[in-house]
Amino acid sequence: MTTPALEIIDLNKNFGGLPATQNVSISVQPGERRLIIGPNGAGKTTLFNQITGDFFPTSGTIKLFGKEVTRLRPHKRAHMGLARTYQIITLFNKDTLVHNITLGLLGLRTTRWNMLRPLATYGDMRTEAIRVLGLVNLDHLADRPVTDISYGEKRRVEIAMALAQKPKVLLLDEPLAGLSAGERTNVKDLVASIPREVTVVMIEHDMDTALELAETVTLLHYGKVIVDGPHDAVVADEKTREVYLGH
Amino acid sequence: MQSGSNSTRTVLALLAILIVGAVSFSYIASIRSAQFAIVQTLNSLALGGLLFLLAAGFSLIFGLMRLANLTHGALFMLGAYIGANIMRSFEGVSLWAAMIGAGLLVAVMGGLLERFVLRRLSNNSLGQVLVTLGMSFIIADACLIIWGGDPIPVPTPPDLRSPIRAFGYAFPSYRLAVVVLAVVAAIALYLLLERTRLGAMIRAGVDDMQMARAVGIPVSKLFTAVFMLGAGVAGAAGVLGGPIMSAYPGLDADMLPLALIVVILGGVGSLFGAFVGSFIIGFIYTFGTALLPDLAYVILFLPMIVVIAFRPQGLFGRIAA
Amino acid sequence: MSKVEATDTAAAAAAPVEKRNTPLRLAVYAVSGALLLALPLFSGDFYINLASQILIAAIFALSLNLLVGYGGLSSLGHASFLGLSAYFAAWFFTRGGMDHTSSALIALFGTTVVAGLFGLIALRASGLGFLMITLALSQVLWGVAFRWSSVTNGDNGLSGLTRPMPFGLDINGADSFYWFSLVIFAVSFVLMAVFTESAFGSALRGTRDQPRRMAALGFDVWLIRWITFVYAGFWGAVAGLLYVYYHKYIHPTSLSITASAEGLLAVIAGGSGTLGGPVVGAALVMILKNYASAYVERWNMLLGLVFLFIVIFMPEGLVPGTKRLWKRFTGGGK
Repeated sequence: MTTPALEIIDLNKNFGGLPATQNVSISVQPGERRLIIGPNGAGKTTLFNQITGDFFPTSGTIKLFGKEVTRLRPHKRAHMGLARTYQIITLFNKDTLVHNITLGLLGLRTTRWNMLRPLATYGDMRTEAIRVLGLVNLDHLADRPVTDISYGEKRRVEIAMALAQKPKVLLLDEPLAGLSAGERTNVKDLVASIPREVTVVMIEHDMDTALELAETVTLLHYGKVIVDGPHDAVVADEKTREVYLGH
Repeated sequence: MQSGSNSTRTVLALLAILIVGAVSFSYIASIRSAQFAIVQTLNSLALGGLLFLLAAGFSLIFGLMRLANLTHGALFMLGAYIGANIMRSFEGVSLWAAMIGAGLLVAVMGGLLERFVLRRLSNNSLGQVLVTLGMSFIIADACLIIWGGDPIPVPTPPDLRSPIRAFGYAFPSYRLAVVVLAVVAAIALYLLLERTRLGAMIRAGVDDMQMARAVGIPVSKLFTAVFMLGAGVAGAAGVLGGPIMSAYPGLDADMLPLALIVVILGGVGSLFGAFVGSFIIGFIYTFGTALLPDLAYVILFLPMIVVIAFRPQGLFGRIAA
Repeated sequence: MSKVEATDTAAAAAAPVEKRNTPLRLAVYAVSGALLLALPLFSGDFYINLASQILIAAIFALSLNLLVGYGGLSSLGHASFLGLSAYFAAWFFTRGGMDHTSSALIALFGTTVVAGLFGLIALRASGLGFLMITLALSQVLWGVAFRWSSVTNGDNGLSGLTRPMPFGLDINGADSFYWFSLVIFAVSFVLMAVFTESAFGSALRGTRDQPRRMAALGFDVWLIRWITFVYAGFWGAVAGLLYVYYHKYIHPTSLSITASAEGLLAVIAGGSGTLGGPVVGAALVMILKNYASAYVERWNMLLGLVFLFIVIFMPEGLVPGTKRLWKRFTGGGK
């Protein structure tokens, strides 16, 4: 068996005595498309925050490609090939789109320590940033500030910023949230076009769209894994219906 | 942010041992005579009590409003001046009456500051801090204009002028009274927070402001009430400290950093933290000044560094500053 | 988390890809440069000395602006570095028996090391916690300067320092000291401008706006802030050297909260996160302090009132505010 891209073993997280993650164990193979579903407050984003290192679990282990990262600070995980998007759009609003993407490129290059040369003069990074914006069909807005673009376009910039990093594991936190039907199709196609070597873990509420993208599904409820397995098995499972339809 | 509960507890225990150790070391090292030790201990406790009155308000305001009120030292000084003035102008007014009067006046001024200035800047926390800083300059300078540059003594109440003699030693009675009052105030504040409706609302606000708003707590009135309470207690503390330190220009700048260190040490928003922190700092500062007058400030620095290094949210803080 | 709220228009003016060297901008630089150089030719000693003080305050404000404006780290203890460097230089020269070069190098190096240590402590927090810790640390230094009189001479301050002779040039006159300060100012302005425009500077602004996102993108947010803190401390030390050479005297008040607050006021009043803002702000503060206070004699009161005025009525600062008005006037911008 190959080493899992992402492995979570018996993870627990308490917030002041309240359990947000309980004995969660998940294993995601390289190239897998994993969907994480669950009602509001199920602890999905909390799980993501522990995978990225925004906060550390109370107990348990997180591994990236077999290496333990449980207590590694977030930026180090990024350098190991982990990237994420946010449910609440987290962009550099005052800056242009191309600057946003460039920061994504800069984060993984040693150039980020250069204290002499202006960022705007790195032509190669600009070219690459515009290419990445092209992937999400926003290259024509490259030099506009984020405040000028629509909500749906911001969602795409979120994803583009993560894609710019050419991640090995990509965490998408509700990439479809708040989008219109047309925009959903756009973003769905975009996610579907992500190269197969990238492992994708996605939180999504829109089951119809998201289930199409996923091969495996994990259902979380009150911080616990309820069902975990191949797409069809989870959808057919009695417990899934209980959680979603209130039995 | 990160907290594994077991390791946190170990660190906390180590910290407590370290601080208690440092305090008792300086304590033992300083015993030249039992009488000296008694006087210095009471001085420490009295300073600790005054610091508690100052820091408790600062900490509650910070915890509830996410506002670092840098006028707090100036309000303490203003209280001291007003108290001294009341006692001078009206023959026969006791220190206690002056304390209540000054406390009320300063509370009203705090309320005005909160309502008419800070309220306008509720989304700009840096702006709020700068305004409180500006206000502290204005108040300090106004005190200088009104009361001049010479220290104004605040008379000790006649009953408490002579020390209590027991076991063959003398115990400075006013300092004892200050300690007793501070402890009473601490208990009263504790009861207010834990046993009253107002207290329940304050605690809810400190823990989760959005939730507090959502369940219909009148947050706006609560802010004003807590700000007035904090300001009033600081003003009253200024009068209470008067017989020990008198009212002088620069009293604000002497007290504010001590209160800040107390809050950093004890943790913002925690009454218990303010209480423990105050007495730790009271002891360290008093003994430090007695033993190494030159470097008393450096000694203050040490517990602060240790706490920040291992527990940035303070010893008993629930929220990261 | 504390954030300086800036309007969108002000922010757009500071956007990185904006075309930098427009003819107008170059002309403004050239004219102001020429005016600054020629100042001693047409003005008396009072104004020349005032201008020297403004330049020193401007270096100080620019260094603080690296933290406040670009890093989003509101320090209320930056005077620590100015004062410490001044004390180092004065002490090693007058008491340590060293020459100017050695004492100046010790001042710069020692202060930068202390900035590194203070950064380690203060950057355990951000926002208001950072502000409180920097304030407490600087008050501790101030207390030491006041109390440790066997070393610092306490409330009497340290005097007896002379001005150095850089490259054999005499800078004892008002004119020559002004030109000396101008050169140092120009160097520091350019180096700090390069810093803020650089890739690192962009990363720094990123940590100000979205620290979590920056960490997720692979930036070591803590290290970026610490390096900036140390760099700002170094330029604070440079300002401190000039300061002590100008006054030939140093007193604990230079480490006080008032001194830190003056610097912060210069940054906020001029416009934090802009290059020209702190310079304009420093000029405003120094002019107020030297000129207006000669009439009203209540500097602290005035300082407090200006704080209230700026924060309440012009939170974006004078430079972005004026730029906005200029753009509206000329129909530029949006």
